[in-house]
Amino acid sequence: MDMKNMREFMGWLYYQYLLITGIYVLEPWEQSIFNTLLFTMVAMVIYTSYVFVPIHEIMILSPY
Amino acid sequence: VFYCVSECDFGKDRSSGLNWCVGRGCLGNHHASCTSLYKKPFVESFEETPLLVAVLTYMGYGILTIFGYLRDFLRDWKFEKCHLAREREEQKDFVPLYQDFENFYTRNLYMRIRDNWNRPIHSVPGAKMDLVERVTPDYNWTFEHTGKVLKDVINMGSYNYLGFAENTGTCADAASECTVKYGVGVCSSRQETGNLDKHEELEKLVARFLGVESSMVFGMGFATNSMNIPALMGKGCLILSDELNHASLVLGARLSGATIRVFKHNNMQSLEKLLWDAVVHGQPRTHRPWKKILILVEGIYSMEGSIVRLPEIIALKKKYKAYLYLDEAHSIGALGPRGRGVVDYFGLDPCDIDIMMGTFTKSFGSAGGYIGGKKDLVDYLRLHSHSAVYATSMSPPITQQIITSMKCIMGEDGTTLGQERLCQLSENTTYFRRRLHEMGFIIYGNNDSPVVPLMLYMPAKIGAFGREMLKRNIGTVVVGFPATPIIESRARFCVSAAHTREMLDTALNAISEVGDLLQLKYSRKNRHGREGTDLFSYLESHQD
Repeated sequence: MDMKNMREFMGWLYYQYLLITGIYVLEPWEQSIFNTLLFTMVAMVIYTSYVFVPIHEIMILSPY
Repeated sequence: VFYCVSECDFGKDRSSGLNWCVGRGCLGNHHASCTSLYKKPFVESFEETPLLVAVLTYMGYGILTIFGYLRDFLRDWKFEKCHLAREREEQKDFVPLYQDFENFYTRNLYMRIRDNWNRPIHSVPGAKMDLVERVTPDYNWTFEHTGKVLKDVINMGSYNYLGFAENTGTCADAASECTVKYGVGVCSSRQETGNLDKHEELEKLVARFLGVESSMVFGMGFATNSMNIPALMGKGCLILSDELNHASLVLGARLSGATIRVFKHNNMQSLEKLLWDAVVHGQPRTHRPWKKILILVEGIYSMEGSIVRLPEIIALKKKYKAYLYLDEAHSIGALGPRGRGVVDYFGLDPCDIDIMMGTFTKSFGSAGGYIGGKKDLVDYLRLHSHSAVYATSMSPPITQQIITSMKCIMGEDGTTLGQERLCQLSENTTYFRRRLHEMGFIIYGNNDSPVVPLMLYMPAKIGAFGREMLKRNIGTVVVGFPATPIIESRARFCVSAAHTREMLDTALNAISEVGDLLQLKYSRKNRHGREGTDLFSYLESHQD
C-alpha cells in the first residue's frame, strides 16, 4: 500500500514539475530534451560538490 | 496639488494620500464618515500576485520561449514541416511579416493549447450544453470530429446572466411567431427601408426600461460603439478613456480623430488629474479650450470583474463640465435590484449620464446594441450614425426576443419570472464568490459582479485547467496573453440565473479538485477552514 501511495505521490510531483516549468504544453521529444539537459546539469552539480566540497571545507577550517 | 472647492476640511489634509474632495460629497476612500456618495459598501479586491508565483511564471515563459526559438529554427531549416502562413521564396528580401512577438506567441505558445478555445457547441448555450468532441492527430494544428457529442456539460463561460438563452418558453415562441410574420432578413439599412414597426416598439421599450427620454437600437453591439463615437466626437475634442476599455470603445475613439488620454483603471485621482489638466491647459499647442470632453467607462469590466465607481465619476463630470459615455454591455440586466444596470445598482438618476450604451447579447439572450439618452442626442444619431446609414438593421426574431425578455424582466408580461431570475442571479453570484474565496483561490473584482476571474498565472496551467475541467464535464473559458497582461492569465466564470444550486455545487467541487491537483490556491488572505494542500499535509492526508 505504501509503495502504491509513494508511486502516486511521485507521479503528482512530476506533474507539478511539468506544470511549473511549463513543459506540460510541449511535445514528448521536447520534454525529453529538457529533462535530459536538466538531469545532466543536476548530475554535474552533485558530482562537483561531492568531489570539491570536502577539500574546500578542510581548507577553510584549518588555516595551516 | 488639488484643493477643495467646497467647504470640506479634507482638501487641506496633506498627510492622507488623497488630498482632494469632489463638490460637496467627499469620496469614501479616505474617511469612514465620508461615504455620502455610496449607499452601500463597495468591496473590490485585486490581490497582489505572490512573488514566488510571479518568478516561476516568468521562468516558465522563458523556457517556452527558448523552445519556441528551437522550433522556429527547425521550421526555417526545413527539418520540420511548417503548417503556418509564411512568406514566399520571392519575398524573402522584403521586410519580414511574421517576426514580431504577437506572431511568435501565436505559433509557439497559443497553438500548443489551442484546443481550449473555439470548441463547437451542439446545442443552445444555456446552463448546460452539448459539445462536439474533437481529437487532434498533430498537436492542435488540425482537428477532427470523432462523431461523439459530450452531453450536459455545465456551461460556466456563456454570458447568459439571466438565463434567456433557451429554445423553449415564451421568448422562443414569440420569436418564431415573429419569424413567420416578418421573415428573418431585413434586406436594407435602417435609413432606407429597414425601419420596422418592431424597431420603433423596441426603442420605446428600451427608453422606458432605462428611464431615459429616447433610445436607438443597432444590429451589432461592437458596431454600436465603433460607429457612434465617431459620429459624436471629432478633431478638437478630448476623450478620457479607462485603461482597460473594450476594443470596440478603443476603435471608436481612434476612428473619431479626437485626442485620447488614458486614466488608470477605476482610479478617480488619475481621472481628476487629467480633467484638471484638460480644463486648465486646453488643447496642446494653441491652449484653446477643448470643444467637448468625453469620459468613456464601462459598467462591468469583463476581464477584471470590477464595477465602475459611478457616483464619483458623476460628481467629477458635474464639477468639470464633461460628458459621460457609459458602456453597460455586461451590467445591463445583471446588476441592480430591478435589473436596470449599474445606475440602478448605485441608486442614481439616469438623467445624469449623457450617453447610455449597452448590448442585448448578454442578459437578453439576443444580439445587437442600443444607445439611450436625451431626445436631441438620439435624433442626431438617427441621421449621422454610420451604423444607421450603412449597416443592416436588426433582424425581426431577434428584436422580438429582446422585447419579450425585456418585458419579462420589467414584470409586464404578468409573471414574476423576471424578478425571480434577478434574485437568483444575485444569490448565485454571492454564493459562488464566497465559496471560491473560502477555498483559497485568488478572485478579482467586486463582490456583486457576476463575472468571476480566477487567477492561474502560469502558462502550462492555462491549458491544464481547461482540459481538466472538461474531463469533469464543465466548460470554462481560460484567457491568456493578448487579452490580459502576460503573467496574469485567468479562468473567467460567468454565473447565470439558470444555474441551480446543485449545478453550482458540482462546479465548485470540480474547481476545488482541479485547484488541488494543479496547486492553484494561491490566496494568503483566507487560510482558516481549509485543509492544507502543501507537501506535508498531502503526505499526512494520504497515509492510510
